[in-house]
Amino acid sequence: MQEEILNLVIAGHVDHGKSTIIGRLLADTNTLPEGKLEAVRENCRRTARPFEYAFLLDALKEEQAQGITIDAARTFFKTDLRKYMIIDAPGHIEFLKNMVTGASSAEAALLVIDAAEGVRENSRRHGFMLSFLGIRQICVLVNKMDMVDYRQPVFDAIVAEYRAFLKQLDVEAVGFIPVSGREGDNIVARSARMDWYDGPIVLDQLDAFTPEARPENKPLRMPVQDVYKFTAHGDTRRIVAGRIETGRLRVGEEVVFYPSGKKSTIQSIASMSGETDQREAGSGWSVGFTLSEQIYVRRGEIATHTTCPRPHTASRLRASLFWLGREALQKGKKYLFKLGTARVEMEVERFIRIIDASTLEARALDQVERNDVAECILKLDQLTAFDLAADVPETGRFVIVDNFEISGGGMVLDVVEDRQAAISARAQERNTRWQTAISDEERAERYNQKPCLVLISSQSNNDLRKTAAKSLERKLFSEGKFTYYIGMANILYGLSADLARNGEEVHAEHFRRLAEVANLMLDAGVILVISARHISQRDMEILQADLIDRAADIITVWVGDEITSGLIPHLHIRAAEVDDAPERIKRYLQERGYIFRYRES
Amino acid sequence: MNYLDKLENKAIYIFREACSQFKSLGMLWSIGKDSTVLLWLARKAFFGHIPFPLVHIDTSYKLPEMITYRDRLAREYGLDMIVGQNVDALRDRQTFPDGNATRLQCCKALKTEALVNTINGTWPRRRMNHDTGQYEIDRSREPFTGVIVGLRADEEGSRSKERYFSARDNKSRWDVAEQPPEFWNQYKTDFAPGTHVRIHPILDWTELNIWEYIEREKIPTVSLYYNQGQGTRYRSLGCGPCTFPIQSQARGVSEVIAELQTGQLSNIAERSGRAQDKEDGGGLEDLRRGGYM
Repeated sequence: MQEEILNLVIAGHVDHGKSTIIGRLLADTNTLPEGKLEAVRENCRRTARPFEYAFLLDALKEEQAQGITIDAARTFFKTDLRKYMIIDAPGHIEFLKNMVTGASSAEAALLVIDAAEGVRENSRRHGFMLSFLGIRQICVLVNKMDMVDYRQPVFDAIVAEYRAFLKQLDVEAVGFIPVSGREGDNIVARSARMDWYDGPIVLDQLDAFTPEARPENKPLRMPVQDVYKFTAHGDTRRIVAGRIETGRLRVGEEVVFYPSGKKSTIQSIASMSGETDQREAGSGWSVGFTLSEQIYVRRGEIATHTTCPRPHTASRLRASLFWLGREALQKGKKYLFKLGTARVEMEVERFIRIIDASTLEARALDQVERNDVAECILKLDQLTAFDLAADVPETGRFVIVDNFEISGGGMVLDVVEDRQAAISARAQERNTRWQTAISDEERAERYNQKPCLVLISSQSNNDLRKTAAKSLERKLFSEGKFTYYIGMANILYGLSADLARNGEEVHAEHFRRLAEVANLMLDAGVILVISARHISQRDMEILQADLIDRAADIITVWVGDEITSGLIPHLHIRAAEVDDAPERIKRYLQERGYIFRYRES
Repeated sequence: MNYLDKLENKAIYIFREACSQFKSLGMLWSIGKDSTVLLWLARKAFFGHIPFPLVHIDTSYKLPEMITYRDRLAREYGLDMIVGQNVDALRDRQTFPDGNATRLQCCKALKTEALVNTINGTWPRRRMNHDTGQYEIDRSREPFTGVIVGLRADEEGSRSKERYFSARDNKSRWDVAEQPPEFWNQYKTDFAPGTHVRIHPILDWTELNIWEYIEREKIPTVSLYYNQGQGTRYRSLGCGPCTFPIQSQARGVSEVIAELQTGQLSNIAERSGRAQDKEDGGGLEDLRRGGYM
């Protein structure tokens, strides 16, 4: 029997040399079938082009004509230790969906960066997608070192820049290797031209990757694929079939299916030829079993043990997702949501944030464009069973289908609690009771502005946020805007005087009250400026959950060189630029249409 | 789980997804080793049953042993067997063996066109009557919306670009550049009316994996794959006039495996004995964009 196969993806910006590196790996380790190399050389001869290692992979005519990889081509390759399936992920932005397809089945990744060009848009975007897809073993190859005379400072600078980027994603690369695909440096043999580098070469690094472990020590999760009742040839078995995603199951164990909550006991594990003496099965196995009591369960349910932590069943969830669809992801439109074997209709209830995956900058909260990443609240049209991706990724990840095609993927961050649903219902009722003779539109016309909340934050140990907030209030006020500034202390020592100063619960309640104050002020038509120290994404969520219908009207600003709270702000103003803060925020408010701008025509 | 277990269980998962999501499903059976492994996997996935018909495109030039083997297995397993053919091209002798077409034109007519028109139900299909053992014209012309195919990514360049669930438009055409993404075990199971989806359960298997699995499961295969004493055998099966045997002493599965791992074949492309691949730079790719498997 042969050894295991490790699935490896090669990603990176277009033209940074991924295919050349794979071609070199294949050629230098003699794992190329004879016919293939000859065919490619022959093709080059016929078209009068110099042979390139990359052509070995770019097997399709169309690809060779365009000179870019269209799809995630699979190639097989072998070291003394084991076999590899190499997936060549296209670096061209148009083909991000192919990169995702290739990378999603990988256990480890090589991310290629051109030494001469440095870190580019898709170097970052691919890094982001690898981390989103759940690939933890990432090694960065700084390629084309021959183009920069094998100089160490070039390598060091790229390592520093990219390592800092990965840190923002909470990812640490397993290593950085200086290589040249074209010249073969540090790929299969150690290069004599970079004696300043003494880390592993590519071949060593590949063998150092560890295969993905099967998650058997997690709670049992088996999404039901189908229930079979074959009548042919006198077969009377009723078989529940599916793949065990995590955990193990055994004959005689009691299982429960969610969302229905129905229970039964596993009577036998079925096989091709009838009953077997197989007593148990673990994760990764596609099995079928019969139950001792006949219960009606359906595809889409998740089987688990009655004794282990159960999956959530809900119809509203908070999720992080990436979008690859031709058409933008929009609020209110119907989509299909597929998680495990469940398939239900869904819509986006609201966007919490939308970011550009190549820069990590926030975008306007109107719709999610192709290749963007977003966090949002999804509403499913049926109660569905799932896990949080942080608990059980296998049943915490989903895809979204638009116009017959898988157009996005995401992971469940949280169940949106009924408490919020209740507050939401109450708040909507409250809103109708609040109705006055004056509408939002009338107020907007009177004040020449639309209400919004500008939330300014900075690190705890400085006052940059207050400086910025006060000068913004002054600027808007002097320009005739209806504005008001609230410092946190105004609330802490007044409305929240009854709350102790510390503790998670207190903190949440404090933010809830802040949100209620903001509700009143925004309803009055004010541009509200609030400064608060070290605002995190979770603080934002509390605010957004309580600011009914105005979640999109929060504008976050971070003042200071480094964002330490994990917040992804709409505006990031460095400490040295704090004097420009009022002007920049004002311009942003104009861009978003909260205040108006004269057009010079 | 070893790597064969992983491949097997993924294939079974894909079979069950296909069966659950496609109302009108069929499986291509070319009688070769790959689609025979596919047949075995299907019987595992559905606990000894095959809940959809098998479709064979008969060019009439297949090696005779293949047809005998097909009908024997169909009777033995009780398979719902459907055969499609380009009757017109054969009647008009527009074929390569007749000297009236190039190899590629012949492939296009006898395989691609026959396949496309059998899938969409335009041309009549013949179905095995298990009472008589004979093929009869099938009354059903219902188009297949899902077609299971035993192709593998390592066979040649264009196949390495395939998805597990791969869309074909209403003319069976394959748009290589515009394929939707496929990840986290979620596949394209939604499709527009008039289109169909090709399903590839053994896409990630290598030629060696196929033989190792045949050995492990003791799957019966057609004798053409083995040296019967003349010192030759077929490595890949197709039509007689365009498929050539290789020099080999391998008389059984384990000898074939040894030959692939360390012997004379460890460095030679699998389809080296298939003539249509060589006619121009991307012969098979052109065929495949037009609907060929």
